[in-house]
Amino acid sequence: MENKFDVIVVGGGHAGVEAASAAARSGARTALITHRFETIGEMSCNPAIGGLGKGHLVREIDALDGVMGRVADGAGIQFRLLNRSKGPAVRGPRAQADRKLYRRAMQTAMRDCAGLAIVEGTVQSLIVDGGRVGGIVTEDGWQFSCGAVVLTTGTFLNGLIHIGEKKIPAGRIGEAPATGISAQLAAAGLALGRLKTGTPARLDGRSIAWEGLEEQPGDQEPVPFSLMTDRISTAQISCFITHTTDATHRVIAENLHRSPMYSGQIEGVGPRYCPSIEDKIHRFRDKSSHQIFLEPEGLDDHMVYPNGISTSLPEDVQNRFIRTIPGLGDVVILRPGYAIEYDYVDPRELFASLEVKALPNLFLAGQINGTTGYEEAAAQGLIAGLNAARKAGQQSAITFDRAQGYLGVMIDDLVTRGVSEPYRMFTSRAEYRLTLRADNADERLTPLGIQLGVVSAARAQRFTARQDMVQHARTMANELGLTSSQAAKAGLKVNQDGQRRTALDLIAMPEVGLQRVKSIWPQFSELPGFALQALEADALYAGYIDRQEADIRALRKEEQLSLSSGLDYTAIPSLSAELRQKLGRVRPATLGQAARIDGMTPAALAALLGHVKRRERREIA
Amino acid sequence: MMNSDTVYALSSGIGKAGIAVVRLSGSLARDVVVGMAGTLPMPRRASLRVIRNPKSAEIVDQGMVLWFPGPNSATGEDMAEFHLHGSSAAVAGVFDAFSTYKGVRPAEAGEFTRRAFANGCIDLVEAEGLADLLNARSSRQRQQALHHVMGEASSVYEEWRGRLLRVLARVEAAVDFVDEDGVAETALADVSIGIVDLAKNMSEALAQAERANAVREGIKIVLAGAPNTGKSSLLNALARREAAIVSPIPGTTRDVIEVAMEIEGMAVILTDTAGLRGETTDEIERMGIARSRQELRQADIVVWVSSPDIAGSAAVAEGVHASAMVVNKCDLLTKESGLLRNESPGTIEVSSRSGEGIADVIARLGELIRGKYGQTEGAVVVRNRQRQAIAESIRHLNDSLGHGARQLEVMAEDLRKAAHALGRVTGRIDVEDLLAAIFSEFCIGK
Repeated sequence: MENKFDVIVVGGGHAGVEAASAAARSGARTALITHRFETIGEMSCNPAIGGLGKGHLVREIDALDGVMGRVADGAGIQFRLLNRSKGPAVRGPRAQADRKLYRRAMQTAMRDCAGLAIVEGTVQSLIVDGGRVGGIVTEDGWQFSCGAVVLTTGTFLNGLIHIGEKKIPAGRIGEAPATGISAQLAAAGLALGRLKTGTPARLDGRSIAWEGLEEQPGDQEPVPFSLMTDRISTAQISCFITHTTDATHRVIAENLHRSPMYSGQIEGVGPRYCPSIEDKIHRFRDKSSHQIFLEPEGLDDHMVYPNGISTSLPEDVQNRFIRTIPGLGDVVILRPGYAIEYDYVDPRELFASLEVKALPNLFLAGQINGTTGYEEAAAQGLIAGLNAARKAGQQSAITFDRAQGYLGVMIDDLVTRGVSEPYRMFTSRAEYRLTLRADNADERLTPLGIQLGVVSAARAQRFTARQDMVQHARTMANELGLTSSQAAKAGLKVNQDGQRRTALDLIAMPEVGLQRVKSIWPQFSELPGFALQALEADALYAGYIDRQEADIRALRKEEQLSLSSGLDYTAIPSLSAELRQKLGRVRPATLGQAARIDGMTPAALAALLGHVKRRERREIA
Repeated sequence: MMNSDTVYALSSGIGKAGIAVVRLSGSLARDVVVGMAGTLPMPRRASLRVIRNPKSAEIVDQGMVLWFPGPNSATGEDMAEFHLHGSSAAVAGVFDAFSTYKGVRPAEAGEFTRRAFANGCIDLVEAEGLADLLNARSSRQRQQALHHVMGEASSVYEEWRGRLLRVLARVEAAVDFVDEDGVAETALADVSIGIVDLAKNMSEALAQAERANAVREGIKIVLAGAPNTGKSSLLNALARREAAIVSPIPGTTRDVIEVAMEIEGMAVILTDTAGLRGETTDEIERMGIARSRQELRQADIVVWVSSPDIAGSAAVAEGVHASAMVVNKCDLLTKESGLLRNESPGTIEVSSRSGEGIADVIARLGELIRGKYGQTEGAVVVRNRQRQAIAESIRHLNDSLGHGARQLEVMAEDLRKAAHALGRVTGRIDVEDLLAAIFSEFCIGK
């Protein structure tokens, strides 16, 4: 077996596959090492991709020619565009996926990826030479050397599953945890922490009384994730909705002491936005019922994922409370729910390229960085893979700022502020939300992808044709127009102020809108949907986008002031001890990043900059 | 934060002083100097200039103007200094004039320092950085610092911050957690009313702040009227009658007279102005009238003075909002003179010469002051920068009400801007605060 690569990716989950694909697309000879080929692309938790913020990430991954969007389009069995009735900035594509189809499509994508070797094996340790990472050793003694390693070990680092009083060391149910790497990272001085997440029991769909449950169909016209998908051809199905009852709450409340969360067995911090059912009942006592989505795991799979009742209660309590839920009275439980605790690395140990500061050539992506979610993991995987390939090829790192995309927002949040619970993307996290839309992800990122050489010729061609069309639509909307008297003749209610209004102005007016504009100028009806969408977004956010652009220019100016990574923050007397410690921990790359550290003030920033400038002057002198 | 705006600040201390120094920094500094002082002075040389409001062409003050072209300036950008007369009216006039330029705004805390640092001008900055350091607050120390600096005011700010945070959290929840049971329905229930109430409370506080400011700096009472109605003698009579005269200050560069005195225990600045006359060919007199108009704009209380021997003087000049009407020279109203009495209700007759009616004028002014400024205790908005930030926050709150539920993200954008502006006073509203507010109120998560 060949044992020398440019990049080695450890782990075949959502971060690992994107990292491997991105590294290979960058031209690096890449190996993906995973326990078993069959688990590549496994959806360990709920079988869904996308949503708000998350759907934005999938579109951004796709814009850089990542694999998640295309695979989800192939495996999606229920598509819904969330927030369809709201503006384009907050519409989020989401799909239920057939787990088996997803796995298969992902495995095919990996097998077909040029320059990527897939190795089945368990990594025992990293090869560290002179403080730099240069390869890995597997449990069965194989050594692989490489220019850069990407670790995407998910929940496997010292993973510990809790089901009631039972504790099982595992990375996923039935899979052994990884223990060696954690110790090695800690020995290198990295700050590790413990997080917790959970998953509900899996049900046998044949034992559910579906009739009488509320049906939730998918969209009539499914909106795909990928620019490269023309239409969704997989069969579409519905999900169903049920609720917890008083009886459910009673069973859980009576057995709360048997939950490891409450008995003190679990030390890791769980996410506030993904609480277990026992948490929901305990914290929101006045809420008499909680919604549960019954999501089929596949077209030919009987397994159903009851979304909303993640739990770590003992199996007997799970059996009892689940059967109090309408439709689930006689349900067969295929697998109990569980909580899992795992190690993560404080992401402030990383550069924005996702390289570990203290261990050059080592990149981390996914849950190991304290995030949760397939999409968050995949986006990090892409960036880590891209940068690992560049590092191996001795090229400079590529980083994304908060104005470029949600992936920039996420990574900046992680490396600047660290995490106190598993980090999940929300649109609230993006300060330039109106600019960072799912519908313009390709416009924002594909040109960069083309420049970096990670985008296929087919995508580049499709993207360019699309952009030409959008440009054509914009020109049309700005050139066509009506004077106020012409508008009145056309039956539009506008002020008779003698002003000429462009078609774009008219689209922006709630009392006119796109439909009327189409009837005035039939040539708009000939434009494709995506071009019209771009016009609607332009019109809807006019003014706001301009202001965001001004804010973005200010942000970029601060990002240009770089701070040396060797700065001794303890030597800045005018900073508080707390800030000195935080700065020393984060080691911000730019003044802008320093400004976003929790607790930073304008004055402290001024003192910091003063210190840097003084040092520079001394060095010149 | 740093950007390409041009910014200004009062660099000398707040309050009465011999001169006031206002600094301006940024790419528009050159345009502003030319627009307000005629031509660009020689770099780094003090030049005596008449300073005008570029829009109205009215004279604001006369003073020294210095021009420091970048990069050899304190901030490294183009800079100018205006050395004005040390009255708050002159400073306010210059700030007003600045505000007529788009892209010119008051500097934020530490902004001159930041710009100087950014452009590598370290030495001067070290000298001036101290004040900004003293003023700055970290979000962690925010509450204590606020309380320390502003006492009771801090709890009011905290309350506003909390309300804005809750409103924003509800809107953000309805955007981000649309798929959650009942969130979207309940989240938006009381949002509009919450915004309206908050904007109303903040506006009230802002208005109270204007009044409190007037009380602190002295309530400005301006005597206005047609020429020769005896305003100066009325001023003298009022001042003489009152024991608490501090000092008569003849304006050094202006033909207005200011007298500081006390009425009803409140500090008052009584100002006499040049007579207002519609048309004049005299250049000097025209300048005097322009100054009178400016005084009137800055007045808290205007007393319109007329006289029976000046025809038409009882009619209040256009654009003047008089709160009291005084007929002077009532000693002329003898039978023999044939002059007519002004019978309008509320008109006070006085004779500066005999002293008749002077007590009535004082009493009337006392009433006005009590009515308008009696309730200023607990005013919470104190500093100019705070006022600016709160006014901006109110503006964004009002904007946010203009969007329907279909444009929730645009509404959220306005609310985020409102929060950002308020955050300049209270410490920023961070996304983590927001998420905490969402997760504590709504049961979210599948």
